[in-house]
Amino acid sequence: MSTATPKTTVRKEKLLHPLPLRIMHWVNALAIFIMIGSGWRIYNDDVIFGWLHFPDALVIGKWAQYGLQWHFFGMWILVINGLCYLTYGIVTGRFRHKLLPISPRDVIATVRDALHFRLSHDDLTVYNAVQKTLYLGVILVGILIVITGLCLWKPIQFSELAGLFGSFQIIRLIHFLCMSAIVGFVLVHVSLALLVPQSLLAMLTGGPTVGDVLAVEAAAPVPESPTETTP
Amino acid sequence: MFIRKPSILPPDKPVDRDAIRQSRAVLEHFNRRKLLRGALSLSALTLLTGCDVSEEDSVQKALRAVSSWNDGVQAAIFRSDHLAPTFSPSQVVKPPRFNAYYDIDHVKPIDGATWKLELAGLIKDKRPWTAQQIYQLPEQELIIRHICVEGWDYIGQWSGPNLRAFLTRVGADLTAKYVYFICNDNFTESIDMASALHPQTILATKYAGDFIADPFGYPLRLRTSTKLGYKNAKWIKAVEVTNTFRETFWSKQGENWFAGI
Repeated sequence: MSTATPKTTVRKEKLLHPLPLRIMHWVNALAIFIMIGSGWRIYNDDVIFGWLHFPDALVIGKWAQYGLQWHFFGMWILVINGLCYLTYGIVTGRFRHKLLPISPRDVIATVRDALHFRLSHDDLTVYNAVQKTLYLGVILVGILIVITGLCLWKPIQFSELAGLFGSFQIIRLIHFLCMSAIVGFVLVHVSLALLVPQSLLAMLTGGPTVGDVLAVEAAAPVPESPTETTP
Repeated sequence: MFIRKPSILPPDKPVDRDAIRQSRAVLEHFNRRKLLRGALSLSALTLLTGCDVSEEDSVQKALRAVSSWNDGVQAAIFRSDHLAPTFSPSQVVKPPRFNAYYDIDHVKPIDGATWKLELAGLIKDKRPWTAQQIYQLPEQELIIRHICVEGWDYIGQWSGPNLRAFLTRVGADLTAKYVYFICNDNFTESIDMASALHPQTILATKYAGDFIADPFGYPLRLRTSTKLGYKNAKWIKAVEVTNTFRETFWSKQGENWFAGI
């Protein structure tokens, strides 16, 4: 951490979104699409809110059993890919560097800047406090939706886990609210990605190069990194 | 408490979602006509072109392969002695909620006086049982949650002979793979032997202390705490113990076979 070993200084700069991350991002996008579309189909068979039915054009599966088939297929993609992502984020330190720390003051400042249209999008490599909050938040919601999903799938086999939440209908409601939060996130996320197209492009090509943090700390030669972002 | 949704059925009788599912083909026919008359919406387009990929043979094949894989996963995580939560008699919903692949009006009651339970397959003593003989067997009571694949649930109070005790008594091969139920109206259902031998699996004859009413499976139905509602065969006519897997009424429709909870 403090004194750089030769090995860390030798490491070259890397892309903002390394290839494994980009693959996991788009696999996750596919999994979320399947899970939400099929989840809406399953929901329609016994709605939680009388006023809310998802239109047939938006659901996956003409019949409930097709929706269930898709849901229990998509869950493997979502969970396996999600576990890879969490492991990757923790092991490489990406979560720590990109998403932490978040201070409430920064969040307020970012919101104020956003309302005054003063937010800068010049540097894609640094997330503002609101981005950090939303990305961290959606990861936590993702974990919660998988746990409540497990409890709905196996309320008896995992009865100890299910018991932490309450009755079957409470778990259903939490699962539904997590879905709503993810849908809200996706709407904001996709809108902003379209408003700032270079961010969308970055998730396809890898984006600008960023200096390896350890290499930077060691003041190592990373001259070919033009968009380096050290404080 | 389960949360009700508005139903297309008259509100003066229990809401039957499986009946809704059955009649959906008819409903869809009318929907299609309405949509054709109306604006050319996206849903009309999908209906017209029939472009629901779920129905494509290759897609169904792949999705059902995953569903079979999920059967194996469910069998692997099944805890054979883990008991489902039980509840107090005050929480019991009376009458129970109806679920079948047709409307409650179309239930064909069984005459309990002439009815006999046939036994088949890997069972030593295949003599049929009359209702009266079954009533003589020791009863087990279960106050457990019924969970429907659609998402609703209720607490019910079921009693009748324990299935493991019954299978043991008639000399069934308890190492066989499946217990298969043949029911009135061509309904079939089967469960894995581990679930059949679970302590909370019974051949129910009573609900809340009275004989089960016709719509809910009189004179004999399965009740197990570890499966979704549709696995709990009603109006059982025959029990077969077998090592041969056969598709059942719902698995043929594409529902998951194991359907454990």
